[in-house]
Amino acid sequence: MTAALGHRREKIDALAARAGQVPADGGGVSLTKSAFRRLRRDPVAIIGAVIVVVFLLVAAFAPLLAPRDPLEQALLSQVRQGSIPGAQDGFPLGVDQLGRDVLSRLIYGSRQSLMIGVISTVLGAVVGMALGVLAGAFGGWADTLVMRFVDILLSIPGLLMAISISVLLGQNQYALMIAIAVTQVPVFARLLRGSMLAQRDSDYALATKALGVKRSRIVFTHVLPNSLSPVIVQGTLSLATAIIEAAALSFLGLGDPDISRPEWGAMLASAQAVLSFRPQLAIYPALCIIVVALGFTLLGESLREALDPKFRR
Amino acid sequence: MLRFIVRRLLQLIPILLGLSVLLFAWLRALPGGPAQAALGERATPEDIARYNDAFGLDQPIIVQYLKFLGRALRLDFGTSSRTGRAVTTEFLERFPGTVELTVFAMIVAIGIGIPVGYLAARRHGSWIDSTSVIGSLLGVAIPVFFLAYMLRLVFAVDLGWLPGSGRQDVRMDATHVTNFYVLDGLLTREWDAAWDALVHLVLPGIALGTIPLAIIVRITRASVLDVVNEDYVRTANAKGLANATVRRRHIIRNALLPVSTTIGLQTGLLLSGAVLTETVFAFGGVGSALREAISNRDYSILQGFILILAVMYVLVNLLVDISYGLLDPRVRVR
Amino acid sequence: MRRRSPTRVLAASAAALTALTMAACASSDRNAADEGGSSASGGTLVFGAAGDPAMLDPAFGSDGETFRISRQIFDGLLTTKPGSADLAPSLAKSYDVSGDGLEYTFHLEDGVTFADGTDFNADAVCANFERWYNFTGLAQSPSASTYWQDVFGGFKDTPNTPNIYKSCAASDDATAVVTLNQVTSKFPAALTLPSFSMQSPTAMEKYDADNLSGNDDALTYPAYALEHPTGTGPFTFDSWDRGNGEVTLVRNEDYWGDKAKLDKIIFRTISDGNTRRQELEAGSIDGYDLVAPADYDSLDQAGFQVLPRDPFNILYLGINAGGVAGTSANPALQDVRVRQALAYAIDRDTIVNSLLPAGAEKAIEFMPPSVDGWTDDVTTYDYDPAKARQLLTEAGALNMKLRFYYPTDVSRPYLPDPAAMFQVISKNLTDAGFTIEAVSLPWSPDYLNAVQAGQADIHLLGWTGDYNDAYNFIGTFFAAKADGAAKAEFGAFRDQGIFDALAKADGAPDAETRTVDYQEANRLIMDYLPGVPISHSPPALVVAGDVDGLVPSPLTAEDFAPVTIGN
Repeated sequence: MTAALGHRREKIDALAARAGQVPADGGGVSLTKSAFRRLRRDPVAIIGAVIVVVFLLVAAFAPLLAPRDPLEQALLSQVRQGSIPGAQDGFPLGVDQLGRDVLSRLIYGSRQSLMIGVISTVLGAVVGMALGVLAGAFGGWADTLVMRFVDILLSIPGLLMAISISVLLGQNQYALMIAIAVTQVPVFARLLRGSMLAQRDSDYALATKALGVKRSRIVFTHVLPNSLSPVIVQGTLSLATAIIEAAALSFLGLGDPDISRPEWGAMLASAQAVLSFRPQLAIYPALCIIVVALGFTLLGESLREALDPKFRR
Repeated sequence: MLRFIVRRLLQLIPILLGLSVLLFAWLRALPGGPAQAALGERATPEDIARYNDAFGLDQPIIVQYLKFLGRALRLDFGTSSRTGRAVTTEFLERFPGTVELTVFAMIVAIGIGIPVGYLAARRHGSWIDSTSVIGSLLGVAIPVFFLAYMLRLVFAVDLGWLPGSGRQDVRMDATHVTNFYVLDGLLTREWDAAWDALVHLVLPGIALGTIPLAIIVRITRASVLDVVNEDYVRTANAKGLANATVRRRHIIRNALLPVSTTIGLQTGLLLSGAVLTETVFAFGGVGSALREAISNRDYSILQGFILILAVMYVLVNLLVDISYGLLDPRVRVR
Repeated sequence: MRRRSPTRVLAASAAALTALTMAACASSDRNAADEGGSSASGGTLVFGAAGDPAMLDPAFGSDGETFRISRQIFDGLLTTKPGSADLAPSLAKSYDVSGDGLEYTFHLEDGVTFADGTDFNADAVCANFERWYNFTGLAQSPSASTYWQDVFGGFKDTPNTPNIYKSCAASDDATAVVTLNQVTSKFPAALTLPSFSMQSPTAMEKYDADNLSGNDDALTYPAYALEHPTGTGPFTFDSWDRGNGEVTLVRNEDYWGDKAKLDKIIFRTISDGNTRRQELEAGSIDGYDLVAPADYDSLDQAGFQVLPRDPFNILYLGINAGGVAGTSANPALQDVRVRQALAYAIDRDTIVNSLLPAGAEKAIEFMPPSVDGWTDDVTTYDYDPAKARQLLTEAGALNMKLRFYYPTDVSRPYLPDPAAMFQVISKNLTDAGFTIEAVSLPWSPDYLNAVQAGQADIHLLGWTGDYNDAYNFIGTFFAAKADGAAKAEFGAFRDQGIFDALAKADGAPDAETRTVDYQEANRLIMDYLPGVPISHSPPALVVAGDVDGLVPSPLTAEDFAPVTIGN
């Protein structure tokens, strides 16, 4: 395989290799535990975590937090083409082109956007992990086959792949999630395979094998759980990408057809029409996307560093 | 070295075959199958039968695949359902624009990215370092089309400093020889035409260059940090080599290896169609053609463009790989 | 201004590298070439079009972009007065109609030549009519000779399809007689359509104009339609740069009427509406069509001229009453109470005030008030959500599920922002007790195909009038087609009363009877309610402050010949 792709692979593999360093059942302070302790002292991690937690809470409690119904076209009758009523009592961030409360839409939008991000990432991770386990556990021709397939997927640029899949599946929000999920698959497949290979020769794996435990049991009770931390790191980073990618697909007209449903990407895309006189309608959802993506990236990067022995001081 | 290149080329074959299988499957899976995709929903059963016959779609699937592969190898992807012209013609017309844009964007990204990344690493922990880290994180987090719209709004519309769309002023009756407009202007000595085309690259180039810029800063910084802590740098310093020599011979040269890989990878990605940026800037390249094909459901264009672009992406990666092998002998052994 | 000197092109393509080095030391010699420009310089106008023309042979055209360009290259026998839908003479100075309304004698302008130098005369007129009538093969495809089939019906080799055209004869060079098989309200008004423009028979033959290839939905056009459209119009075709979406026309120096003022027009395709506006603001185009209503005020304040057209269109909510083979519309829509509930549920006043530009009107029937045959004496359905809910309850259809189709990636003269319209109507309907499932498709071809094949339960669609004739509106929607039903868009809509009323009106001998007949048809339609008429909206053009003479036409039939730019 080529070095450029190889480089991407190396990064994944480096992350995967760390799983091998995790001792099976504690034995002093586990790496995960010490990583967590380091994480708590890392201001970057704290900022990232706070951002993520705040947005998750907002999404979870959207109905309690939102001052209004995000679908209610409350001030529509005051909207004229070329002028939108500004912020006022009960509408702290003003209303959109259809007289709907922007704040409420942003709050409810966090649900939809995070849901698209989480579901597509989880879907991508699960499929990717399954492929990775297949390759790592069975080795041989299964390994070759799966890894060739992953290499092929890696050779298609992400957005092109997402577009092809959206076009194929038609325009609905599930298609959107699947399209993003597929672009995530190769990373996770590689990650899991790498981490399994790293563990295959570890002492505890050899020990359990010597005890006559079945291979599938070893995989599911020992190897897989130990591979989870790099998967979580990658998942956190992938979430940021997924949310941005969803916005891009919305912009290209491949998003949810029910555009009344508040979602940041769709809000951002539809605000382009009024950019010249009401840029806030684009800036608010864009800020939400940027901040959330930043939050997940900060958290993911500090998790990665915390788990990486190189960065231990 | 030759063996290395040959081996890499051979490894390419399964990837390309796999790609073609995926694309063939995609085409088969389109709503209504390939005939409907090519003929549109109003096609009568007779039309479909005629098409299936002409393209052998009633034959066993493996035969169909081989035929598809044969056409792809001859660069025959059919005709666009919108313009009725050959997909390859459309591609060749659009591609020079994308190349120019990519080159401009990468010059911006490399020109700023490497010095900033290097500086950030050398002043590890300083405000330059933290700013560059935050900046590079932000660069990846901003949706490209939002950035593009904002750049246009501010610099093209409000301030009016730079053109905000197209590849060249339409009133400019410029001669186009190669369809690389900047180059054409230089070749024909129409300096104003070349300048105009160049100025049209600035805003989309910046928008497009942001992500590679952010990535290059990060990789440069990380790799310089890695190298500075390597034993050979410490040895070099210890044996009293001048700082400048250590910097030039040991740090920069070694640190740039992973950076060059990233540059290659990013170039490949940009070439594969800046769909979002080109759309916002109405820039006549491959990306905006893809966008139009999506909204017109022009499956011939989508299919042909995606295959050509994916193959190109793989080939660019191969080139990067080979040059990497030239730079770093260790790779060859692996 | 022309800069293409053959030597330079040759030099450039000869040896790129050498040229590059040479270029570095040589100075530009373009200024010298510039001086050889045209004596009366009228400048260049760059106009932003929303899409590429399909091709430039209007006989095969049906889209606005094709027509916009072909109106400048071609003339028809008749035209419309600037800024109105009324008939005006063009290549025919005048015409007489025989007593039975079947024989039209056109008296032609003298001394007119086509851009290729051949004469325009009665033989050329008949050659054009005979060409349309004798189309074969793919030229008979509904997506090719759309308007011939719409207005005249069938072809010479399709004797089973009714057709209105009988014959054309040249009694002398300046007199052409067209004979019809039956009286229709469409003729001669339809001759103002670009599709029935006069084209050079010589050029058409030379460049193989009728030789279409490909298939129904992806037609490939011959050289004539792509590179050699030849008419008698104020401009002639210069070039079409398909990669950059630019069609260039130059002034016809030998034009038979008032010569165009501009040297050159470039129609440049910019599909995105925001980009069109920003291009105008940046000065790289001089005008564009389909201004987003939200931009009217800000453009006006920025010194641009927004030119709204009189509304000559209709936006409606189409209802599919089901019964189309291969589709499954909600059967509850066959109940007139449910259709009435749809009509009562929609807040058309708010839609007109908030979503459409100033000058838009609420529609009470399927044609704008300026068309003869419109009447205010129809059943109206004012916004009343409570009544809608009550009707739904009575029909036992409360919370019935409707698949509501709307188009994406498009702005239409009658529907500037489909997404906004969908969201507002969808909310209205939800509030009144319907359950809506959104389906969005790209306008062309997916949306049009799906909707016209009867796949939607309800959908948004509209129509801009081609000429001042009621049949062009309600006949297009609700008259019986060959299979005995109206458009599949409205499901198995087969109301014999409405079919008869429309046929009677179309065949009425004089304008007064016709008007009364069409009013009756409108009453029947609004009682039956095959859809909900929503609004008439004035689409606007915008041009830069220094552009003069562009008169907005309700038919979107703007003539660029009188336009000037600068000073």
